[in-house]
Amino acid sequence: MSFVPGQPVTAVVQRIEIQKLQQGDNLILGFSIGGGIDQDPGQNPFSEDKTDKGIYVTRITPGGPADVAGLMMGDKIMQVNGWDMTMVTHDRARKRLTKKNEGVVRLLVTRKSLEEVVKQSMNKYPRQ
Amino acid sequence: MDNESQYSGYSYKSSHSRSSRKHRDRRDRHRSKSRDSSSRGDKSVTIQTPGEPLLDAESTRGDDRDDNWGETTTVVTGTSEHSISNEDLTRVSKDLEESTPLECKRFVGPALGGLLSFFALVTPVAFLILPQVLWRDILEPCGTPCEGLYVSLAFKLLVLLISSWALFLRPPRATLPRFFVFRCLLMVLVFLFVASYWLFYGVRVLEPRERDYRGIVEYAASLVDALLFIQYLALVLLEVRHLQPAFCLKVVRSTDGASKFYNVGHLSIQRAAVWVLDHYYSDFPVYNPALLNLPKSILSKKMTGFKVYSLDENTTNNSTGQSRAMIAAAARRRDNSHNEFYYEEAEMDRRIRKRKARLVVAVEEAFTHIKRLHEDEVTSSPKHPREVMDPREAAQAIFAPMARAMQKYLRTTRQQAFHSMESILTHLQFCITHNMTPKAFLERYLTPGPTMQYQQQNGRGRQWTLVSEEPVTSALRQGLVFSLRRLDFSLVVTVTPLPFLRLGEEFIDPKSHKFVMRLQSETSV
Repeated sequence: MSFVPGQPVTAVVQRIEIQKLQQGDNLILGFSIGGGIDQDPGQNPFSEDKTDKGIYVTRITPGGPADVAGLMMGDKIMQVNGWDMTMVTHDRARKRLTKKNEGVVRLLVTRKSLEEVVKQSMNKYPRQ
Repeated sequence: MDNESQYSGYSYKSSHSRSSRKHRDRRDRHRSKSRDSSSRGDKSVTIQTPGEPLLDAESTRGDDRDDNWGETTTVVTGTSEHSISNEDLTRVSKDLEESTPLECKRFVGPALGGLLSFFALVTPVAFLILPQVLWRDILEPCGTPCEGLYVSLAFKLLVLLISSWALFLRPPRATLPRFFVFRCLLMVLVFLFVASYWLFYGVRVLEPRERDYRGIVEYAASLVDALLFIQYLALVLLEVRHLQPAFCLKVVRSTDGASKFYNVGHLSIQRAAVWVLDHYYSDFPVYNPALLNLPKSILSKKMTGFKVYSLDENTTNNSTGQSRAMIAAAARRRDNSHNEFYYEEAEMDRRIRKRKARLVVAVEEAFTHIKRLHEDEVTSSPKHPREVMDPREAAQAIFAPMARAMQKYLRTTRQQAFHSMESILTHLQFCITHNMTPKAFLERYLTPGPTMQYQQQNGRGRQWTLVSEEPVTSALRQGLVFSLRRLDFSLVVTVTPLPFLRLGEEFIDPKSHKFVMRLQSETSV
């Protein structure tokens, strides 16, 4: 999941669409993010490679919009509404997710289990 | 004819004309009459330093009275008791050059300069005194302004005198091969200057017997001012200009590669050479000719290569194949010499370290045998008589146990030529007198010191030859190479300019040094 400079990043991603929920004055999504290129990557409990400075999902409020949409804790967010999230600062990531004029965010997330599922499915149907 | 090389003084005799030889014969014959009984039939030749005639040889042949013998006789040298080998020859010539009589040429320059400056200093005083002496009665008296001028004149002359003494009255340290351009320039300037002032004085003051004394005093004051400015010029040209570093000189000794880098200012080649030599004597380790060569065991194996003799011209392939095989074998064999060199070096290092350890222990032990007697210590009681020694005797007393270890160590490091027993004793005495520890005593022998340490003080000086492709009064510039040669080694000097430095500035506000802990924030969206 970490990147090699100069090489394209490849990952198996899942598309997740979250509807923002109006709560008082804010539109919330119901999860917390951690990481970013200005953060310390060694303290990320979810990443496999401790130099990975991507945005990770650190907490999900149970019953919130993210939980309903299928986001899991430990997911790495690759894109938000088409915007890249692999090389952003923490603040920029937060801004992209909390735009007031967007009611829906479409995320591309990746996790380790996705890769294994794909591998298993490829093994099951080897000739396809 | 034996095979020992002879230092023969015959050459200068045989080149002389016949008539002079005749005179010499007659003169020597007179002398030889008295020593006939002792020297007749004596075929031995005594070698003496040149300049002294070979009396014995002459005396045996003086009786022959053959005027033609100079052309046809071959030199007969029997077995002699004294013979000088090649090394002795170089040593003799070196000693000769060191002991050449004091050259008067050395003092011509300073003497001339001193004369000129004395002349220049006396001139203003002469300008003032001459009118008073010659035509005192018709001089206009001048009061206070003249006295003011007298005072200023006196002080300026005093300043000139003191600064001349401080700057220029120093014994010269080197004779340069060509003229020292700046010094000559300044002397010519001073001479022309003072001469033109005298000319003017003679024409305008002495001739018409000028009456305005104040004008004369002002004239003398202006001369002293101008002399002060010339001295300022001399100070700048001779002392100050070459202080700012501009070039980097690399000095390499040709025999063993010892090298150093020096920064000098704008100098001419000859002045730079003097500067380099000043620093050579205290920076470079002493030149030890015994340390130069690879050990003989390695070199001799290298030297004896394979020799291919082709005895039979008809053999074709066989010989070429054989020679190729031999060359290949020789190449392979040459590969081993670096191996031997490595082991030889390691062995030599080990040996030196072993001898050094023995020497250090011996010296430490020797130093424990004596101690300094303090003034207030009780002088000897009859029960324990103590022999009180002066430093020389103390040194001799403790030298004996360490002498052998010292000699062996010096032999191993090939330094025995530099330290005689007398010098070691003197050094030991010196160290004892100044309360030095054994380590301080040994410092002189464990590391080869600078050449200055081994010099005998004599006023004759050292002879160096400056070899250069450019004229030696030209200034230093990039890429110049010159060398300073002595009898057995030379120093090669390369000149490179110092790089031009472009210094930038960066201002850092002391308040801008701030630090934060590394982030790991979590934001809920």
